[in-house]
Amino acid sequence: MNVLIRATSLILGLTLAVAAGACGGGESTPAGTAAPAATAVTNPVDPATAGSITGSVKLEGKPPAAATINLSSDDYCAKQGPKTTRTFVVDGDGLQNVFVYIKDGLGNLKFPVPTTPVVLDQKGCWYEPRVFGIQVGQPFNIVNSDDTLHNIHALPMNNREFNRGQRLKGEKYSTVFTTAEVMVPFKCDVHKWMNAWVGVLPHPFYAVTGAGGSFELKGLPPGTYTVEAWHEKLGTQTQMVTIGATESKPITFMFKV
Amino acid sequence: MRLMRHLFASLVAASTAVLIFAGGLVTSTESGLSVPDWPTTYGYSMFTFPLSKMVGGIRYEHTHRLIASTVGFLIVVLAIWLWRTEPRAWVRRLGYIALGAVITQGVLGGITVLFFLPDPISIAHASLAQVVFSLTMTIAVVTSPGWMQAYSTHGPAPDDRLLQRMAIVTAVVVYIQIIVGATMRHTGAGLAIPDFPLAFGQLIPPQWDEKIAIHFAHRIGALIASLCVLATTGHVFFHHRSRAELVRPSILLLVLVATQVTLGALTVLSHKDVLINSLHVVTGGCVLATTVVLALRAHRARFGRTVGVGATGAGSTQQDPAYTVRVPSRGHA
Repeated sequence: MNVLIRATSLILGLTLAVAAGACGGGESTPAGTAAPAATAVTNPVDPATAGSITGSVKLEGKPPAAATINLSSDDYCAKQGPKTTRTFVVDGDGLQNVFVYIKDGLGNLKFPVPTTPVVLDQKGCWYEPRVFGIQVGQPFNIVNSDDTLHNIHALPMNNREFNRGQRLKGEKYSTVFTTAEVMVPFKCDVHKWMNAWVGVLPHPFYAVTGAGGSFELKGLPPGTYTVEAWHEKLGTQTQMVTIGATESKPITFMFKV
Repeated sequence: MRLMRHLFASLVAASTAVLIFAGGLVTSTESGLSVPDWPTTYGYSMFTFPLSKMVGGIRYEHTHRLIASTVGFLIVVLAIWLWRTEPRAWVRRLGYIALGAVITQGVLGGITVLFFLPDPISIAHASLAQVVFSLTMTIAVVTSPGWMQAYSTHGPAPDDRLLQRMAIVTAVVVYIQIIVGATMRHTGAGLAIPDFPLAFGQLIPPQWDEKIAIHFAHRIGALIASLCVLATTGHVFFHHRSRAELVRPSILLLVLVATQVTLGALTVLSHKDVLINSLHVVTGGCVLATTVVLALRAHRARFGRTVGVGATGAGSTQQDPAYTVRVPSRGHA
């Protein structure tokens, strides 16, 4: 009989050993979410010579039709009206919700961090906005405008992962990102269709395409830049762009489906 | 009272199977993090969380927690019951081990939520669940009237060493297969090979990565486990066909393995349909538990010889013949 007891103990031990190994191998994360110590930084760009990159993101081909989302798992969400997937938001041939940013070319320039919080709202059982940008260290507020429960689950590679529950309307969670990362996904595990992405950058030169797929990166110092456009489904494209003093250079990204 | 205890142990085992199914639903619907806190639920005590707030993925996760709490409570009662009334020390110890395992299981469940489902913790949680199920099933078996009487209705229980070894090997192989399955499930490798029965149209995958390797290992494991089950049950049918206590679990085992392989295939072909996927998890647990039952019964004669005389424990002052059955037979029945 002791054999049975020993065998059971061995199996339990092996299982726990697997778990213990996991605890030891995990990536350590910062304990808190406090913003890095603020140091006074003035904008290094001379407004008199600043230029801009303007343009648009186009979509070639016909995107898949938006699918109707099953909202039956939450009566509150169902009452907000029917929903369809938002993977491709197309305006003419312009593609919206594309994150466009300066990937490289700014050297070691340091930029002031805005004190105005970026807000991600859970509203009508959607994330608003779906795609957005933020600077490293900038206040970031997540609010729940819905009269139902949401969890906000960030899945970064380089920043601290978090998963917060917001059960009440008006509830707010404030945090900051400490490391540049493009993109950090968010999801709501309660409502599977809720997804959002944020681009975290050490500078303010980013934009999200709007009507007609247009964007503008303004206030750039003269120089040569790598500009990247990111789409949640279609991936990334990059272009090299050189702008002179006060120059505004137009570019176009073309994604295909 | 003894019969009541056996029925209660059987109820605990059945409720553990229900819990495993509920856990399968949580992972199949990817709802594991829909309740971000633990042991509370959105700040509420687990037991006061309003039903009206059980929306979306919370339904699966919170229901899993409630069932887990119930099973934990039932195992506490079972362990105390055994402690107070069971003369056999090793059966009482099984109760303590089951209690320790279910507490550990609960803690692993909490850790996996708080640390965002790290694969090793989630795999350990899934694997330990099957151990808890097998432990409760073991207690149900060894407290049963049939076990007490050494299944002696049709003569002494056989002491077939070969069958004993085969049954143990089968149980171990099935458990390893379950761990590989849990690894596949929690590393997102369930559809790494998208076709069945072939792999990318071939017998052996033409391309490899970590997920394909895990997935393919699970398929090979299914083949090995099935062969082990066939060999063990075949041995029972050939050598012990008059022993109902061995034939019945053997028949059940064959049915379960056939069902399990079918569910595994359908999981791939249905692109991980939630219900099929979850049934695959709990059926795997039932296969393991049945191999454990078969292994225990195959060893019954050895228990009778080595356990019982003077085996009085808490709550018992005199020797009970049901605990002192001696079976002298050896070799094939």
